[in-house]
Amino acid sequence: MIRVQNLTKYYGERLAVDNINFNVARGEIVGLLGPNGAGKTTTMRILTGFLMPTSGDAWVADCNMATNSLEGRQHIGYLPEAIPLYTDVTVRSYLDFAGRLRGLDRNQIKDRIDDVVEICHLEEYIDVLIGKLSRGFRQRVGVAQAIIHEPEVMILDEPTIGIDPIQVAQTRQLIKDLGKEHTVLISSHILPEVSMICDRVVIIHEGQIVAEDRIENLSNLLKGSWNVRLEVKGPVKAVTRKLQQVRGVIEVRYEKPYHIVECPAKQDLRSSLMTAIVQGGWTIHSMGTIDMSLEDIFLRLTTEEESQDDEEFEE
Amino acid sequence: MKNTILIASREFRSYLTSPMAYIVACVFLALMGALFIWYLDSTDYQDTSITGYLDIWGNLVLMLFAAVLAMRLIAEEKKLGTWELLLTAPVRDTEVVLGKFLGSLGMLAVMLALTLYFPLLLWAFGDPDIGPIITGYLGLFLLGAASLSIGLFASSITTNQIVAAVIAGGILAVLYFIGMAGDAMSGAAGNIISYISLYSHFPAFMVGIIDTKAIIYYLSVTALFLFLSMRSVETGRWS
Repeated sequence: MIRVQNLTKYYGERLAVDNINFNVARGEIVGLLGPNGAGKTTTMRILTGFLMPTSGDAWVADCNMATNSLEGRQHIGYLPEAIPLYTDVTVRSYLDFAGRLRGLDRNQIKDRIDDVVEICHLEEYIDVLIGKLSRGFRQRVGVAQAIIHEPEVMILDEPTIGIDPIQVAQTRQLIKDLGKEHTVLISSHILPEVSMICDRVVIIHEGQIVAEDRIENLSNLLKGSWNVRLEVKGPVKAVTRKLQQVRGVIEVRYEKPYHIVECPAKQDLRSSLMTAIVQGGWTIHSMGTIDMSLEDIFLRLTTEEESQDDEEFEE
Repeated sequence: MKNTILIASREFRSYLTSPMAYIVACVFLALMGALFIWYLDSTDYQDTSITGYLDIWGNLVLMLFAAVLAMRLIAEEKKLGTWELLLTAPVRDTEVVLGKFLGSLGMLAVMLALTLYFPLLLWAFGDPDIGPIITGYLGLFLLGAASLSIGLFASSITTNQIVAAVIAGGILAVLYFIGMAGDAMSGAAGNIISYISLYSHFPAFMVGIIDTKAIIYYLSVTALFLFLSMRSVETGRWS
């Protein structure tokens, strides 16, 4: 449903998006993850037809958003980071305007307003001026306007920013529910959020995609190594030395009361480690694996980028 | 077309719900009323015409208020973030710009209509010449439309309403007062400068003449700045 091909965007001299490629299949929920200023909003603005790319193509529902934007926009429900609300009208009259803007007629709009108000739990606020609503409710009105025309594709830019934790949870649930019927692209700089909502994540940093995969694959893909955690009854130093001698082991460190053994990716050393312990005459109380959290990955991705930059600078 | 009307009607209604628009309309009517009295007084209440309030000060007031009405048109949407809603909806940029313009033109027409009690008073207490009154209002409306389109353009190039009003005021002042310079100059250059001035086409309307050249002039200025506004919106997508 969404195809981004060699997309590049310059703001004057500044490169905001640097030749990125990714796809979102029908029915998928994909997270665009990156720190502030990574190019997430720019990418979304190009996908929604708000901005034109400097080069490359953005396709939504088989419409090229640079040349056939008007048709493409009919298939998109967009919630920008700054929720686009008129504060001097009621929720009903705002949704009415949003619906008509997307070409719904009078009868369709009545039904759809009822539907989206129910979906977004706005029943009690339908005749309240938007200016009087709290940030959390404004967010819901923002989501309501994005789905009023039943778009195939939803593009949500930082949908949980600036709202309180309970509302964040509700919004995430709402997005998950919407994801059952819509193709969703959301952007976020919050890692747990993406792992909670999304099927797949595209990590973007300084305008470039640094990783793209399903969340579970991503952790395998990135770490290049994985950790085995052992709880051994025996002398710490001797156990450490013994474990280090096991073929393939990268590093062993002791974090009381565990020995953490770093193993190469795609190589399962657990039985060799077990044998080594038994040969030493010690006993194993527990053995487990430690997955790298998305935070670690993210931190690593971004810091690696920076350190590479530094190296280039030194050269 | 449907979208243009939709955007125009939203724009017009938002004037009616905004306290600012009422303040602007009140001050406008008060100023116009004062100018009307001032003119009648200066003729010792002998002259039953409205040329007084349409004269230099009247049309300056109108231009000023057109700039104030137009300053919010696009700048405010950009500030609210609703600009993104409009420009990502399946609506053409031209429809957005035209809708905004027509919405504000509606508001200006209402404000002008509220001054119609001046001629009604003249008619009640005297025997005014209807012709110049009708052409005078036509002139004011055309001048107002041109001023609004200039204000719309100014509003499209900034996110700050005050800056938009100042830019619009600047363009209007230059286009207005350049006519006086033109009149002072002789020859072709003087004529050309006079012709491009907002000021030099107005007096004909006040004496009851429907000057096609003047009508075409005001409509061209309006069209030019609407076109520039559309280009400015389009440029925003590429920046």
